[in-house]
Amino acid sequence: MKFDGTERYVATNELKLAVNAAIALQRPLLIKGEPGTGKTLLAEEIALALDAPLHTWHIKSTTKAHQGLYEYDAVSRLRDSQLGDPRVADVRHYIKRGKLWQAFDEDRRAVLLIDEIDKADLEFPNDLLHELDRMEFHVYETGETVRAKQRPIIVITSNNEKELPDAFLRRCFFHYIAFPDRPTLQRIVDVHYPGIAQDLAARALDMFFELREVPALKKKPSTSELIDWLKLLLADHIPASALAERDPAKAIPPLYGALIKHEQDVQLLERLAFMHRRAGRG
Amino acid sequence: MLIGLFETLRTHRVPVSLREWLDLMAALDRDFAFADPQEFFHLARTTLVKDERHFDRFERAFAAYFDGVAKIDPTLLAQIPEDWLRQSFQRLLSEEEKAKLQALGGLDKLLEEFRKRLEEQKERHAGGSRWIGTGGTSPFGAGGTNPMGMRVGPNGGGRSAVKVWDQRNYRALDGDADLSPRNFKLALRRLRRFAREGAAEEFDLDATIDATAREAMLDVKFRPERHNAIKVLLLLDIGGSMDDHIKVCEALFGAAKAEFKRLEHFYFHNFIYSSVWRNDSLRMSERIATSDLLRRYNADYKVIFVGDAAMAPYEITHVGGGIDDFGGSEEPGEAWFRRIMAHFRKVVWLNPTPRNQWGYTMSNQMIRELVDEHMYPLTPDGLTEATRWLAK
Ligand SMILES: Nc1ncnc2c1ncn2[C@@H]1O[C@H](COP(=O)(O)OP(=O)(O)OP(=O)(O)O)[C@@H](O)[C@H]1O
Ligand SMILES: [Mg+2]
Repeated sequence: MKFDGTERYVATNELKLAVNAAIALQRPLLIKGEPGTGKTLLAEEIALALDAPLHTWHIKSTTKAHQGLYEYDAVSRLRDSQLGDPRVADVRHYIKRGKLWQAFDEDRRAVLLIDEIDKADLEFPNDLLHELDRMEFHVYETGETVRAKQRPIIVITSNNEKELPDAFLRRCFFHYIAFPDRPTLQRIVDVHYPGIAQDLAARALDMFFELREVPALKKKPSTSELIDWLKLLLADHIPASALAERDPAKAIPPLYGALIKHEQDVQLLERLAFMHRRAGRG
Repeated sequence: MLIGLFETLRTHRVPVSLREWLDLMAALDRDFAFADPQEFFHLARTTLVKDERHFDRFERAFAAYFDGVAKIDPTLLAQIPEDWLRQSFQRLLSEEEKAKLQALGGLDKLLEEFRKRLEEQKERHAGGSRWIGTGGTSPFGAGGTNPMGMRVGPNGGGRSAVKVWDQRNYRALDGDADLSPRNFKLALRRLRRFAREGAAEEFDLDATIDATAREAMLDVKFRPERHNAIKVLLLLDIGGSMDDHIKVCEALFGAAKAEFKRLEHFYFHNFIYSSVWRNDSLRMSERIATSDLLRRYNADYKVIFVGDAAMAPYEITHVGGGIDDFGGSEEPGEAWFRRIMAHFRKVVWLNPTPRNQWGYTMSNQMIRELVDEHMYPLTPDGLTEATRWLAK
């Protein structure tokens, strides 16, 4: 089965190629790109398109590799033993399955998303090499070996906060989601708002791209912000004519709160607009 | 097959290993990127390159390789994608189509034609948005009536095969590029990472409880402290042709300042002598004796020189050689440099001139020797190398 994008997700040909090659050759697919360019959504859409169960493992700075396999809740067991709970006899009661185990345990081929792997500490990816290669691991407490019934499709996202180890990278296929060009973004808008008035969409896109060009912005708005902003414009019935001024340095876009999240960026735009108005008067 | 590309990638410093190369071969075997150079380009990138910082190098290597094979000897081109084209064709064509192909002169004829088109296209390259014609009955037309409708390049949508790797979209992401405002963030991230390393350990309550419960006896655990331990002494060469680079570097460290435990910076002109300056105006009154630096900052400070290391050799070796050495010192710059090397545990020199030019200046070689070869280019990659050593 091939991944070909979905009704809700616009995938470029390169992205489709990367996904399909990774699936066919059973390699984890590492996805990077600006925030909000659909990295996380991709895994969800692959699962949807291939009708596969999805398991998402969100990584935090404190996440350890073994938590993806299982966790042994020794504290509860100690407590139960003091309370004389009979469950204590069976260690399996205290083993909590991690996301990897859950994905391994699916009868159908699952999609496993390891989201934001760069949040974890430097050793994290290396600690998973063996499990990702062999698709199995050992549970010391019970002596059993867990093997994937079906090798899951593994998608890994990173926001580049840390460098990933070479040994890990060699095992992955890699795709960098470049910020969408205008036609692609137009398509993304169309899948989200099929009935949107074309002049409104066109002006909104003009403004959006201009805004991304404003120098010194702390955070450029990205696809996800554009989608949120359009939703507000549509909900408030903002007409295309309200977006007549495309240069955000001259007039702040209506409902800009969805596009610009940083207080400093808002101030920057306000200052630019103010200077522009004053120049216009003087 | 295609092994020349592998070598070209390596000479362009794209770090590809055999493992990844075999992945690419396996994907080709599975008919990915069938007969479409553009897809081949993307497939190769997705399997071989694991870091967007290397995309630019990859594109250049790819272009060099394909230009090279097309230029030197068209028959070479046949050898490269041809094996792969030929195989794919044989598998794809129905018997009927094969018969038709035979009537048109066979596969060899077709491939020859393909190369000819490629050559023509190169000549018209300037305005050409298509690599191989896509029109009507051309054997290369994407939807043509010719049974050989070989899809090379664009499928109508205005995509251009050659262009993909000629656009150099990823130049700004290359870790090897000069420190510019564009890759400033990248460099800053590396520097911050460096600043956070080397932290001391602190008591870890959760891990201790966990381990204690597991073992049923007290088992105390520690974890690295979140707090920063690195101290930096930055010495910047100012007042020369490299000022812009130095300023970027200064801004870079300035931006990461909060992450370091201490960050001190001073200026020098060309080389280090008996005194340095507190600010970049190089005014007499703002000087501080180099011997004071040695007294004030202990051996734990990581010393980072930034400068082009280009000067007359006597400015290093001779007493009074430095034009700005007003101290009337009795010693050459070299002596001062050695003193710094002896006092501090870690010293590096960051150089804004590209590494491949270092061999041309005598003074560069001398300084590299003085700094135990720890001279690195002032690029994000160079910075990583330097900080990796400093953090050791
Ligand atoms: N190619 C696309 N097709 C359709 N919608 C998209 C696409 N790219 C982004 N979006 C929209 O942007 C939103 C954000 O995407 P997502 O959360 O996957 O981004 P991300 O890259 O994971 O961001 P982050 O780095 O912040 O985690 C999606 O919910 C969707 O609305
Ligand atoms: Mg995400």
